[in-house]
Order: sequence, then C-alpha cells, then structure tokens
Amino acid sequence: MAILIDRRSRIVVQGLTGNSGRRHGLLCRDYGSQVVAGVTPGKGGTQIDGIPVFDTVAEAVETCAADVSMIFVPPSAAAEAILEASDAGIRLAVCITEGVPVRDMVLVNRALANNPMRLIGPNCPGLITPGQCKVGILPGDIHRPGSIGVVSRSGTLTYEAVQQLTDAGLGQSTCVGIGGDPIIGSSFIDILTLFNDDPDTHGVFLIGEIGGTAEEQAATWIRRHMRKPVAAYIAGMTAPPGKRMGHAGAIVSGGSGRAKDKVAALRDSGVRVAESPARMAAAMQSALEAAGLSSHDS
Amino acid sequence: MKLHEFQAKNLLAQYGIIVPRGTLACSVDEAGQAAETFGGACVLKAQVHAGGRGKAGGVALAQTADQARDIARRLLHHRLVTVQTEEQGLPVNSLLVEELVPVARELYLSLTLDRSAGRYCLIASAEGGVDIEQTARQAPERVRRLNIDPLIGLRSFHARGIARFLGLKGQLGNAAVDLIAALYRCFLEKDASLLEINPLVVSEDGRLLAMDAKVSIDDSALFRQRDLAGWKDDSQYDPLEVRAARSEIAYIKMGGCIGCLVNGAGLAMATLDMLTECGGQPANFLDVGGSADQDKVVEAFRILLEDPHVTGVLVNIFGGIMRCDLIAESLIAAATATSSRLPIVVRMAGARRDEGRQLLENQADLNIIWQDGLAAAATAIVQQLSPTA
Repeated sequence: MAILIDRRSRIVVQGLTGNSGRRHGLLCRDYGSQVVAGVTPGKGGTQIDGIPVFDTVAEAVETCAADVSMIFVPPSAAAEAILEASDAGIRLAVCITEGVPVRDMVLVNRALANNPMRLIGPNCPGLITPGQCKVGILPGDIHRPGSIGVVSRSGTLTYEAVQQLTDAGLGQSTCVGIGGDPIIGSSFIDILTLFNDDPDTHGVFLIGEIGGTAEEQAATWIRRHMRKPVAAYIAGMTAPPGKRMGHAGAIVSGGSGRAKDKVAALRDSGVRVAESPARMAAAMQSALEAAGLSSHDS
Repeated sequence: MKLHEFQAKNLLAQYGIIVPRGTLACSVDEAGQAAETFGGACVLKAQVHAGGRGKAGGVALAQTADQARDIARRLLHHRLVTVQTEEQGLPVNSLLVEELVPVARELYLSLTLDRSAGRYCLIASAEGGVDIEQTARQAPERVRRLNIDPLIGLRSFHARGIARFLGLKGQLGNAAVDLIAALYRCFLEKDASLLEINPLVVSEDGRLLAMDAKVSIDDSALFRQRDLAGWKDDSQYDPLEVRAARSEIAYIKMGGCIGCLVNGAGLAMATLDMLTECGGQPANFLDVGGSADQDKVVEAFRILLEDPHVTGVLVNIFGGIMRCDLIAESLIAAATATSSRLPIVVRMAGARRDEGRQLLENQADLNIIWQDGLAAAATAIVQQLSPTA
C-alpha cells in the first residue's frame, strides 16, 4: 500500500519543457512512474520524448487522467502552478521549486486550507514509494521496498538516512521530503498521520533540523496519537544562532528553533533520537526492537 | 536581507508613517552639518545590522554640533561590538543624525511571520523600547498577538482593537489605525519578513512616531523587489559569505580550522555536528547545492581555502542526481587549481561512488584521503590535523 503515491499514480509535470522538468520527468518515468503529461503554457500540442504537453493542467487531467502533479516552474510562477493544479482537481501536488516567496506560500496555504488537494513542498526533493513510483529528484536506486516510513525536511541528508536503512536491511514504505522552507504544504504531523494509518508502515524515521517548532509539534502529536515506533535525527546541533543554514527555514532566532530543544521534545515523547548522523539506522533498529518488532525485513 | 535603520525609516516614510527628521552622515563634517540643522541638539545612531547599539555606545546624544562631530569621530569607520554581533563587531560606515523628539510614551509594534500558524502576525505592546521577548515572558498580558488571515487582511477593526489595547484614544487612536494599516500595506508590498517599530512613541506634542525601525526583506522575494535588493550593504557581511552568495553557494564562517564542503543543507549541518562530536572544529558551513557544476565546486573550494584558519578539508558528498565521479573530477580540478597541499578527506556515497573513488585514488600527488562512512571521515580529518592525539 504505502502512502500518497503508488504504481497507479498518474503524473503530470508542470514545467516539463524546462531543463529540470524534462530531466527529472524522464528520470521518474525511467524509475517506473507513470508520467502521463506535461504542462507548459504556450507549448500545448508539443511532446517531450513521447509525453504530450498541454497548455493547462485541466487538459492534462481531462485527456490523460493525471492525478498527481510534479511542479518544476520558476519561483515566481510556483504559487500560480500550485493553485492551478488544485483548480484542475489534482489530488497531490509536489512542488520541487526552491526560493518561493513566503508571501506567496502564506496565500497558497490559506487557499488550500479547505481543499482536497495535498501539497508537498516547496523546496523539497519529492517522494518515493520504492519499487512503484517516484515523484521528485530523489535517487531511486538507494531505496528498497519495505516497511519504514521516512519523513524529512532535508534532501541529501534523507538519502544518507535511506542508504543506512537499506544497508541495515530496512526497506521503506514511502519516503517523503516535506521541504526546507518556513511555510510548506504538508507538515511532519500530516505525514505521520498517513503513516500511522498505513498498514504497510511499521515504523517511522523522522529527520528534522533547526528552525521553527515543527519537530516539537510532531513530538506532542506522537505522544498522543502515534501507534508505531518512531526514531529521529535532528541536524544543526552546532549551528550558530541567527544564521540561515542553507535552507530558508533553517535558522535559530530569538531562542526558538534550537536542535537541543527538538531532541528533548522528541525524547520526551519516546522517540529514539540518533546522537550522530552516522547512527540513524541504528536508532531506527533500536526503536523497532523496543516495540517488539523485527529490526530488519525478513 | 536586513535593512539599515535609515533605510527602514525611509521605507516607512514612503507609506506615510511619521519618523523623526534625520540625515545620513558618512563623514565627521556631514555629521556636524546635520547637527547644525537641528540647532546642535541631536541623536547620532550608528548604522549597523545589529541590535543592542544603545548599550554598546552606538547611539549618542549631542547638544552642540561640536559634540556631534566628536561622537562621529569616535564612531565612524570603527567597528561596533554589541551583544548581537560577533566579537569583531560590524563596521560603522554611516550615522543617522536625527532631531531630538521629547517622548511621552514608548510602545511596541511589529509584523512578522508565525511559522507554525503559516500566517503573518501583528505583535503589539504598551511596553516599548525594551526586548519584546522579555516582556512576553515576564508580563504576557502586556503583549497582544494577532494572526492575520491573508484572505481577510488586517482590517480597520483589528487596528482599532490594537489601538485600544495600547491605550491610544481620540486623535492618537485614529493615527494608530492609519499607521497599522500603512505598516501592513508596506509589509505585503515589500515582501518583508520582519517590520518592527520599537519604540513607537507618542511625542509630547501628541504625534505618533517610529523612533526606531527594523526591517528584513524575504530573500526569496528579491527577484521582484529589485529596488530593495540594491539597498543591500555588503559591508555588514563576511566578505567570503558575500562572495559565496554571488555563486549561489551557501557559506557561513564558523571559526574552526576544518573546511567543510558538502552537498545539501541538511547533510552539511549533520556533517558539522559529526565533526564536532569527533572533537573537530569546523571552519565553515558550505552547501554547494544540488546541481553544482565544476565551476561552482572549484569556486566553493577556493572560498573555503581563502579562510586562513583552514588547515584541512572534509568533503562529504551524497551522490544522487549529482554523481560522485563528476564531483571527484571537480575536486581534482579545484585542488590542482589552488595548488593546495592541505589534507583533504573525502567521503562519498550514492551514485557512481566507486568511479569517484577511482578517480581520486589515481591522483597520488594530491593530498586526498578516501574514507568510507561519515564517522570514519570525520575522525580521519581530526586525526590528520592532530597526529599526536
């Protein structure tokens, strides 16, 4: 089963005719994802390597039954693209674009508040259900099908975690990069909720970082609702305050957003937090064992 | 992107918010002349990107133009160290010389982002001129927070409620409503991430003025705020950080001796944590980005070697879309171009790792040490730099 995407997902790429959109659209298709359409206003009627391109998302939905959108448009056009996807009846939009203005995201999130479309990102690597479907820029070959859900604010650090899990014999149900911006479509809690209800997910690995209080909120939610073992790693223990560490959202400001507070909150909720990024899989194994579950896939 | 106080006040004034009369002075003479226009009595304020200026001596009162010149001589072209700066402080290249305004009351007003709510937030307090977070801790009932629904906006009735909370009635209440509306309009139109007036004052002659102002602009919105982007003052940043930003490399100086080059912000933070845990001191945070080409890797390498404290380098790459063999080629080009003899510990994982390793191991004349695994690599560079340990 897994969450959000599987082999039945039908993907439209908004921005398929751009460099990144084309490259990653084709890489997703190579992985096995059904990339059924592209959208670039003004380029309707053309094709990219056999994939039809439309002027609007609505046409891609009508003609190709697309239900998932992967967005690769410039930052100035991202809000428009997300709102168009929602208007066209897309079920899941995944916005890879980095550098979307905060004001645009405040408005987009308000518009999506009472709306059936789920947004992942922006500024995220996307998501993957190993062996079935990839929507985003994650490297497919490090993943293995299995029962660990992964949710992360990071990109390459997630790949690091996934590689460790795979090497330790722990495959993944779905891995979701929720993005490194201060305002994002789906939170840790949104994804944890889905993993909690997914029978194929037996445990969750969460990767957080400095900035904001999303990890603390997740910790509170986990204590109250989570029925599955959770392990975590928080990056930025040594990050200096007041400095933006690469991601727009990764900043300790006014005593808020510190890594040690996040680690403490997660531990208080029973989450196994890895002391070091070299021991992420070990923390997951320890959480599974503590819950009486096998620490590797049979 | 932070603005200076004079820029922030300039912006507020464009929206009809009253600020004290003032002039920017970049020399002792200019400061003296500015003081003369106010009859000698004025306040001189060092323009640096940090708070805590008052306690650090960066804000001073003068009664005569000569006093103003003395103050300018003391401040201009020196570095100001405040509780918010690093120990070397920030350069003072200009002073804001302002008229003295007799103050009846000091208040606090700001607009910022509430990340967890995903909304902009107005914060008001009748305790102005002090640290708002301290007020919020000690007397939370003295602070009012109002989250703004972006579809509804900040309306007059909201503003009237805030004016009432601040105890502003009659003409002052009306002035406060206008000011709050102007502040919100400015915040949205300029893509601000922080707009803070502290203190907002009621003058003895019954006006509402922004006595001090702090403004930050959302970096992601600078593409549509070109005028403001031109207001950036590079002198307030580390020169290497400025240079890195030009190549879209995220670089932050940390003070240690181990230069770090990593792809991805999260992995870069994790690498610094790992290094510190192994007893090493990172010289920098450096995220070379997800789509780094050879030129960018070479420039990143040059930047981290510019830091004279760097005596060794740790490279940590997780190849995904960015393949390890391409990074290896770039590293060889960079090490060759800089003729660096410093030890470089390289750890790579992911796509085409073995090909990358092969390329690096063929370079016997470069001081490159291959390590598998994050912990092993961090330990290796620490040991390289302290062989007796």
